[in-house]
Order: sequence, then C-alpha cells, then structure tokens
Amino acid sequence: MTSTVERTDGAAIGRSDRRKEDGRLLTGRTNWTDNIQLPGTLHMATLRSSVAHARITRIDTSAAAAAEGVFAVYTGADFPDLLGTTCVWPVTDDIKTATMPAICSDKVSFAGDVVAIVLATEKYLAVDALDLIDVDYEPLPAVVDMEKALEAGSTNVHEDFGTNQCFTMNVPWGDYAAAKAKADVVVTRRFINQRLIPSPMEPRSVVAAPMGMSDEITIWTSTQIPHVLRVLLALLTGINENNLRVVAPDVGGGFGAKLQINREEVLSVVLAKKLGRPIKWTEGRSEHMVSTHHGRDQIQDIEIAATSDGTILGLKVDLKADMGAYLQIITPGTPLLGMFMYSGIYKMDALDFTCTGVYTNKTPTDAYRGAGRPEATYAIERIVDELAHELGMEPLELRKKNWIKHEEFPYTQIAGLTYDTGNYEAATARAVELFGYDELRAEQAARRASGDKVQLGIGISTFTEMCGLAPSRTLGALKYAAGGWEHCTIRVTPTGKVELVTGTSPHGQGHETAWSQIASDIIGIPVEDIEVVHGDTGRAPYGMDTYGSRSLAVGGQAIKAAGERVVEKARLMAAHQLEVSPDDIEFSHGTFSVKGDPEKSTTIQAVAWAAFTAHNIPDDMEPMLAGESTVDPQDFSYPHGTHLAAMEVDTETGMVTLRKYVAVDDCGVQVNPMIVEGQVHGGLAQGIAQAMFEGALYDADGNLLTASMGEYLLPSASDLPSFITDRTVTPSTTHPLGTKGIGEAGTIASTPAIINGVVDALRPLGVNDVFMPASPQNVWRAIQTAQNGGAA
Amino acid sequence: MTHIGVTVDGILRHGDVEPRRLLVHWLREDLGLVGTPVGCDTSNCGACTVLIDGRSAKSCSVLAVQADGTSVTTIQGLADGDEWHPVQKAFKECHGLQCGFCTPGMVLAAVDLLSENPDPTEQEIREGLEGNLCRCTGYHNIVKAVAMAAADMKGASA
Repeated sequence: MTSTVERTDGAAIGRSDRRKEDGRLLTGRTNWTDNIQLPGTLHMATLRSSVAHARITRIDTSAAAAAEGVFAVYTGADFPDLLGTTCVWPVTDDIKTATMPAICSDKVSFAGDVVAIVLATEKYLAVDALDLIDVDYEPLPAVVDMEKALEAGSTNVHEDFGTNQCFTMNVPWGDYAAAKAKADVVVTRRFINQRLIPSPMEPRSVVAAPMGMSDEITIWTSTQIPHVLRVLLALLTGINENNLRVVAPDVGGGFGAKLQINREEVLSVVLAKKLGRPIKWTEGRSEHMVSTHHGRDQIQDIEIAATSDGTILGLKVDLKADMGAYLQIITPGTPLLGMFMYSGIYKMDALDFTCTGVYTNKTPTDAYRGAGRPEATYAIERIVDELAHELGMEPLELRKKNWIKHEEFPYTQIAGLTYDTGNYEAATARAVELFGYDELRAEQAARRASGDKVQLGIGISTFTEMCGLAPSRTLGALKYAAGGWEHCTIRVTPTGKVELVTGTSPHGQGHETAWSQIASDIIGIPVEDIEVVHGDTGRAPYGMDTYGSRSLAVGGQAIKAAGERVVEKARLMAAHQLEVSPDDIEFSHGTFSVKGDPEKSTTIQAVAWAAFTAHNIPDDMEPMLAGESTVDPQDFSYPHGTHLAAMEVDTETGMVTLRKYVAVDDCGVQVNPMIVEGQVHGGLAQGIAQAMFEGALYDADGNLLTASMGEYLLPSASDLPSFITDRTVTPSTTHPLGTKGIGEAGTIASTPAIINGVVDALRPLGVNDVFMPASPQNVWRAIQTAQNGGAA
Repeated sequence: MTHIGVTVDGILRHGDVEPRRLLVHWLREDLGLVGTPVGCDTSNCGACTVLIDGRSAKSCSVLAVQADGTSVTTIQGLADGDEWHPVQKAFKECHGLQCGFCTPGMVLAAVDLLSENPDPTEQEIREGLEGNLCRCTGYHNIVKAVAMAAADMKGASA
C-alpha cells in the first residue's frame, strides 16, 4: 500500500523521483570518511577504561612509545585542560555540569572512558601498541542504578557535586491537584524506557589535516552537524573558526548518534595542528557501543486522572533520566524535548511535569531518533490504554472522546504549544480500514474464548510530535545555546545550471533529490540541472544541520524563500530585456512571458546568461542571478498519525510475533512520497526494535554486557514483516510549503503500538505491563508475575 | 609477508601482506577499493560482503592470504561497464537504500541469494539476507528490490 501517486500537472513536488544519490551509493563510488587516505597520516587508537569507576594511580606508556610504528603516546597529563565535548543545553540555572576531558587524568567515570591515545604510522600498529600501555586502577564503587544513585550515602560519580542529581525541573501546567480531586479514576503506572544504542551502520570516523600553506585545518568527520561542530571545535580548541573547515562527506546514518561533538574529533584537530600531519581515527563497532552516546534510559512514573465517562482531566509525569557519566551536547535537554508532548493529542486541564537528571557510571546518553518524544509518546499512549482497561472502555473510543477534533485546530494544548493543523479522525479511520480492525477484534475474542495458547493483541498508538526545531527565540527561552534557523543560497550559473547550497546535512535522507524537486518547482529549472551542495563549511558556510526532523520543515522554507528571490530578480531582468513593465511579466515553468503576448518571452536560463554578461541589465541592478535566505521558522512542526499493530503472543513461551503493522501518517504536503515512505519504514523498524529486540544491559559493576552486535540485537530482515503504510494529507499552515517533519514519526509512534498490543494480548492473564524489549524472557516473566498474584 | 595474487573485479592484483591482514583492509587500503565498507569488527553486519568465486563472503572475516588464487567481486566491479546489474537497478527503483552504507554488502548478498534461488518467496528473501544489517530502511524496500530483481532476471533468462 502506498500513496506514491504520480502528479500529472508537471510539478516536481509530490513526485516520487528516484534518488540522485543512488548512483554513487550503488556502485561503490562513495566518500565515507574512512575512505580518505592522506600522505603522512598518523592513525589514532584509543585506550579505553576497562572499569566503570576508578582512580588512575599509575600509567606507564614507555613500552608503547618504543613500539614499531608508534609516533607518540599521549595521556591526560599532556592535555590537562582540554575538554572532549561540551553541553550546549544547561537546562536549569542550578544544573551540575560534568564535562568529559579529552583524555582522563586522575579518574575514569565509565567503562569506555579514554585514558591514553597512540599515534602510529599504521592502524594495526597503533592498536597493537595499546596492549603495551600499563594502567593501575584503584576501583571505586560503580553507580549503575538511577534510584540507588539518588539515595543518601550513594557513591557519587562526581565527588565535587556531593550528589548524583544533575538537575530537577518541575513545570506545572494547570492545577493537577484540582484536576485529580475531580477524578473518578486515577491510574498510576511505572514505565521503563530502556537504554538503547543508536548504531548507525557507518561507525564514527574523523580525519583532521593541516592543508598546505594556509593555517586551515580541514576536518572530515562522520557527523550530522558540520556547522555546529565547527563553532564548538573553535570554542573548545581556541583555534580561529576561520581556520577550521568541517566536511561531512557521505555519512552512513546518524539517528542522533552523530549529533554530537566527540573527544576523538577534538583530539584529532588539536593533534593535526600541533604535529602538522593528518590524524585519522575510525572506531570499531565494539568501541562504538561503549563510547558513542546512548539513548533513552528513563524511569517514568505516570499518573492519569479521569472521570468515569472517560474524560481525561490531568496527567502527572515524574521522570528520572540517566545522563550517564558526563553531559554531552544536549544530554540534559533530551528528556525535556518530550516535556511538551506528554499530553499527546488529548485535551486535558492539567499536566504536571517533573524530570530529574541522574549521573551514573555509564556511557553518556543523548539524542537518539525522536529524542524525548518517543519516551513521552510511550508514556501517554500506554497510560491511555491502561485507563481504557480500568474504565472498561474500548481504547479507540477513549482516544476519540479525548483527542482534539479536526475542527478545533489551531489548538493550544495544555503545555502551551499551538498545533496548527491535524486530522486524527481521518488518519484513524484510514488505519482502521487498512488494518481490518473489527475482524481482528473478532478473532481476538474467539481466541480468548477458546483459551488459545497463542493470544492476539491489538496495539494502538495515536500520536503527534513536535519537530522542526524551531523558532530561535523559543530555543533561547529553553536555555538551548543555538538558534533554529536554516539557510539556503540558490545560484543560477551562466550556463543555466543551479547550485543550491543548503545548511542542512543529510546522511541518508535524500536531500539532493528532494531539495532539487522543491527548487525546480519554484525557479522552473529541471531537477537534473540542479546540484545540491551540503555538508561542507567551505562551500556551504551557514547552516544548523540535520536533526529533529528539521531539514525539510525548516530548511525547505529557506529553499522556497531563496528560490523566490531568484525569480524576483530574474523577473526584473526579463522585463528589462523584453522592454515591458515587470507587472506585465508572467512566470511559468522557467519561462517569462508578456501577458497577452505569449510569443514575447525569455527563459530563466537566458536571463542567467544575461545576468552573467551584464551587458544589458537594469541600471540599478547587480550582475549575476542568485538569491539567498536565512529563515527562522514561525513554529514547530506537528506531524501525527495512527499506528495499529497485531501482536501474537505465545502464553506458554512468551514468544512475541508481529503479525501485521499499519501506519497511517500525516506529514502534510509530501515533497517526495517515496522518500517519505522510506523514512516511515526505517522509523518503524527502530521503534519496533525498542519494543521487541534492543536493550543496552550493564552488570552491577558498570560493564556493558551488550557491547557487540552479537549481544545487542539489531533486527535483521527476518525479524520484521513488511509494513502497510499510507498517509493522510493535512497541510501545515505555519510552514510555507505545507510540509511537516517525518524523520522520527515512525520511531515515536511504533514503540507504544507494539507494547500496547502485547499487553492487550495478555490482559486475560492479568498482565498490565511488559518490560521492553518484549523478549520471550520478559514476557514470560510478566505472565508468571501476574499469574502469581502481582502486577508485572 | 606473504605474496598473494587475487583477481579483483576482473583484474589480477598482486600484493605482499602480513598473514593477519584482513581481506577488506587489503582491498580498501592497499588496492584503494574503498567501495567495500567496514561496519563492524565482529562479522555481524555484512556491510563488507563481497563475492569470492561467486559466493558471498564477509571480507572482514577472511584473511587476505585466504583469498590467494580466488576471484573477488566487489560492488565496484558488479556492473558491466555502464550497465548496472539487475539488483543495482532494482535497489534504485524500489528505494532500497537510504544512507547506502550497508548497500554494497546487501546488494552482493542479494546477488548470491538469487544465484542460489532465482525465485525466492518474501520469507526466503528475508531469511537469505539475515546476515546483512540495515539501520535505515526497515528492510521493506530491500525485500521489494530483491523480488523485483528476481523477476527481472527471470524475464531476461526466459
């Protein structure tokens, strides 16, 4: 099932163009960072702490330094003041900020912390030398459990703070106590959003090289944020920003893992400058799993208050969010990105939100696809199902009773966000139809009646999310250090080709294709004549990069505005050349013609040549044909949708099977429906993986037990079904193209759909929750606990 | 150092390698054939898959010396000049790739799968590719692409 209906009006927007990117990717002519081999390169290898929490009492690098091929060995003593990262989102005034050093000197705070680095002429030799470094550790108790970390007398991850509490933020919207006082029913649940490892297929990699006779250092790095990274590298290293060029070449997935500034990037830049030689580092997969930031990891205590007829009155949210050992770029802000979303699509009188960030001796957490919003959506969609169960209501009916009706938009919800548009009724009706909802409910009833050992559950998730970060003033009010604008420059070259320079930085999303489609519609030049330039601060100096489903939602606005400026300038030139007033010029599909005299015309390509020669342009006009725009968005973007999952659960073994999954999303206008659908598919796989397969596990000493792809279960093709997807289209009114973000929606929506389905299957057995991932072990335990009289 | 001779993408290549050198590192670093990427160090992900004498193999779990005397096909040698292999064409047509990092391995694993089973069911495609991980596509369009390539190749050979 697809909505990839081809347009017939000649417009590029809405067309499922096959991707421009695919030619190089399918023939191996790729430019991954690790492909770069420069003469004189020194390969960096990192010695990582094997213990979670310890003092370093002695470190001996002499044997390593003398080993074959080794150029230098450095420890923390060599860079005592160099930080390895920085946090740009200090969420409260009294937040306690612990920042990881580039190399640890006296203490390690998680298993994976860097204690020394080796530079060698070959990578194999650099790695060999790591084994020759002697480190003596004096172990300290590892802080692993968030709740124990907050108890009096706990060991502190950072002794100076005297506590493991990083921050606490409470935001009461409305009067929850008053709402609760009116309630007939109050349901409380504790949900666990387990720790996940983002795992893009391309490991992180960086090459930093001094370039020739200038003072410039070029940094190729597998990042989502070349522009932001350049600013932060300048701030951390003290190197003039003008001498730093950051290039994100082909980047093999990110999912938030590459929305970061990492110590290996900082060290590479500093060493390239210090030594005057290229420095290269590429992580191994196991290294990725311990050292690249993790995601999620929240304990959610949720309480919902409602009347007996099913009217939701209020919601109380009390989170504990694991920061890990240090704060990285937006570690403390990540759980707060969900803060405004706990009410979901529902009307209510009060929302009381509290979040406490907690330090532990574990890998730092930070953004992972959805970042805070999957957790919020999980909580509200799970608790609504629990409320439906308590009230004896059909869960879809309870949702319908409380959601914002399509005629009520724009709607300002309890947390103060104004959802511009939406149509939850339409998306739900379509999903119900595609799913065969009534038939599956009938089958479920039959299986319950017959006591089938394989029970059927139906999981529902009616979600919205906020993405497309965001108006800069709003971000400033939230103490986020950067803005939310985006930039585009469109230049029409003398030969009529287009260079579209974007500040967004793709890593699989197909920007080269989709941005060409948008520009083509606006300036009337064919898609194949448009080159999209991105991810290189040398060629695209301004931008805020790609994360939070912002590239189209925000960057698309800049493309439109820049394109319109090109057309405006071209119109004046065309009028001049056709010797008529600009008001008499019409523009369509790249042709400027005189109203009422269509024979008299010129093309935008001809205008571009005329703008280049500048022999005959208006007196007050500058040569060349270009336009640029930096757009600050008017508001966030609010995509939504209804997802339904049919889950079969073997009540004897705990084995869970995803039988059918329907996703109806509404992301407003679709620029390229094929790409939209691909984003949905990939998002679904990651959200379903949280629900069914993935989970980072630590032992009591703080060792990561799931430190390879052998232990951390990323789903393969045989673990997933084909998906049934469709879209409803409710255009945004705050975004000029009518588009809404789609990169994270599948991940945000699908996790609660799966778990709601598993719990629904097991309701007759008294189960009201299942820990994620819903592995046979976790499901079997939930069944046993319920059968033995306690709730799971 | 051990001397090896391997036919890579149709050209006989010679090299002197340490016995411990992995085939993928020899391809990438010594021959400059960087189209074959490395996604893990535990032979789980399959991004580095190549064909050795026509059969798919994870080149991170093969020593370069073990490839001596064989014929290796990488993603860079799969097309016939400018004419893409049907699997490459189908991946583009079906949007079977996003970031593209798993793609070389996924494509070559699919080529091997179809040589073994020219007319696979959806389930057979899913099971046949389970040694290759993709984090972007959710596999939906990869499975579609392999089915399309199978139909295309069957039509061509009929």
